[in-house]
Amino acid sequence: MWLSYLLIGLVRLLVGAAPRFMAPLRTNARYIFFANHSSHIDTVALWSALPSEIRNRTRPVAARDYWGKTSLRRFVALKGLNAVLIDRIRKNPEDDPLEPLSEVLARGESLIIFPEGTRQAQALPGPFKSGLYHLACAFPDVELVPVYLENLHRSMPKGTAFPVPLICTVRFGPVLPRLSGESKESFLERAREAVKELA
Amino acid sequence: MNPQYKFVWLISGVIALLTLATAIGQILRLRVSSESAKPVVANLNARIYAWWAMVAIFVFAFIFGKVATIVLFALVSFLALREFITLTPTKLADHKALSVAFFVIIPVQYYLIGIEWYALFTIFIPVYAFLLLPSLSAIGEDTEHFLERTAKIQWAVFVTVFCISHAPALLLLKIPGYAGQDALLLFYLILVVQISDVLQYVFGKLFGKHKIAPVVSPSKTVEGFVGGAGSAIAVGGAMWWITPFSPLQSMGMAFIIVLMGFLGGLVLSAVKRSMGAKDWGSMISGHGGMLDRMDSVSFAAPIFFHLTRYFFAD
Repeated sequence: MWLSYLLIGLVRLLVGAAPRFMAPLRTNARYIFFANHSSHIDTVALWSALPSEIRNRTRPVAARDYWGKTSLRRFVALKGLNAVLIDRIRKNPEDDPLEPLSEVLARGESLIIFPEGTRQAQALPGPFKSGLYHLACAFPDVELVPVYLENLHRSMPKGTAFPVPLICTVRFGPVLPRLSGESKESFLERAREAVKELA
Repeated sequence: MNPQYKFVWLISGVIALLTLATAIGQILRLRVSSESAKPVVANLNARIYAWWAMVAIFVFAFIFGKVATIVLFALVSFLALREFITLTPTKLADHKALSVAFFVIIPVQYYLIGIEWYALFTIFIPVYAFLLLPSLSAIGEDTEHFLERTAKIQWAVFVTVFCISHAPALLLLKIPGYAGQDALLLFYLILVVQISDVLQYVFGKLFGKHKIAPVVSPSKTVEGFVGGAGSAIAVGGAMWWITPFSPLQSMGMAFIIVLMGFLGGLVLSAVKRSMGAKDWGSMISGHGGMLDRMDSVSFAAPIFFHLTRYFFAD
């Protein structure tokens, strides 16, 4: 869609978003890309750094309370980025907030998630929320790829409305190995370390 | 000769030169077998391809006129400033100042060239921008390294916007008997700078023994400088017919351009190394970043502009 190309063009002019692959990606695999989160540009930057044949089947995960709030944001998220909206605030304790994500993976598509749940002010990622772990358990054959977004915490930090153009490299790490019988806490810590190592 | 003819001759000459360079590059690629020389040849070829792209962009700008040229250089400033700020440690408190530098100061500076408001164009950045930017940073209420941060942002804007904008500003000079040919003067500047850069590199690789500034810029050698500068001055002199200068004056101007270009390369290399980097970026294949190619232009353009204006323009 034209809006996707506009967003990709804008983000390249603004921050470059050139990818560096520490290990090659396969076009036919299903991935969960998980990255550090420090700005509103993150989603588009990571998305536009992907090779187009992978990008076409990859859906970023966005918070409904922000991206669903106005019709413009909704339009950009759903039409421009092909995003999946999730509820950060659980209304009904019975609901599974990860259900829309599971549906995407079950359909054979890939996901981009920011496991910190919210934007951080610093360069290195904070503690991860458990969503990544639950998805990883539910889909044991999906490949988990750590991604580090450089410099974006300087480009458009939380609380600023206007970006500063800075060169951002998007580093894709090697697939995170699965360890059997690993606890939730140690898995999340290992995943976070994998992102930090790319910094 | 009218400007169109001059332009056609000039472009034909440059294309012939680049074709020759490409042929030499390809022959070297096939002939060179030692492992140590291969990367040098690969780098040379990458540079040659990038020059083709630069020439294509330049021809495009020339054909589409003043506005296209100004937009092109505004984009160059934008990308150069982006590289500079990426390597500069700034803080959250500088965010407003930086946004203003990119999205207000660059457009205004180039707009002033577009409307040929010479008086404001020369003082807009040193007076207005340099008082506004630190004020915006101070409003951010963070005093840690305040002077260093401010100085670095100002210097970034000075080199990447103020200095580089003097190249397209050549288009606003009113030189008697030279109406409608200002774009050739811009071409002359870029040509002399680029030829000097590349021949210093080539002579340095071939005959370089005595390093001029081993700490700041290890690739600069006396042999490279003499060979490159001498050739560029000769080319500059031979190009007198596209300029308002006599052959001797043209050689003098080329000498100043080469000297300033050399100093620009030296100073910006020192700046880059003080920030812990070898290249400004990786945007142009074989050339590092935008600033690695524009460093010489940034120092040569303002001096060339003012000398031409003082001695030759109305």
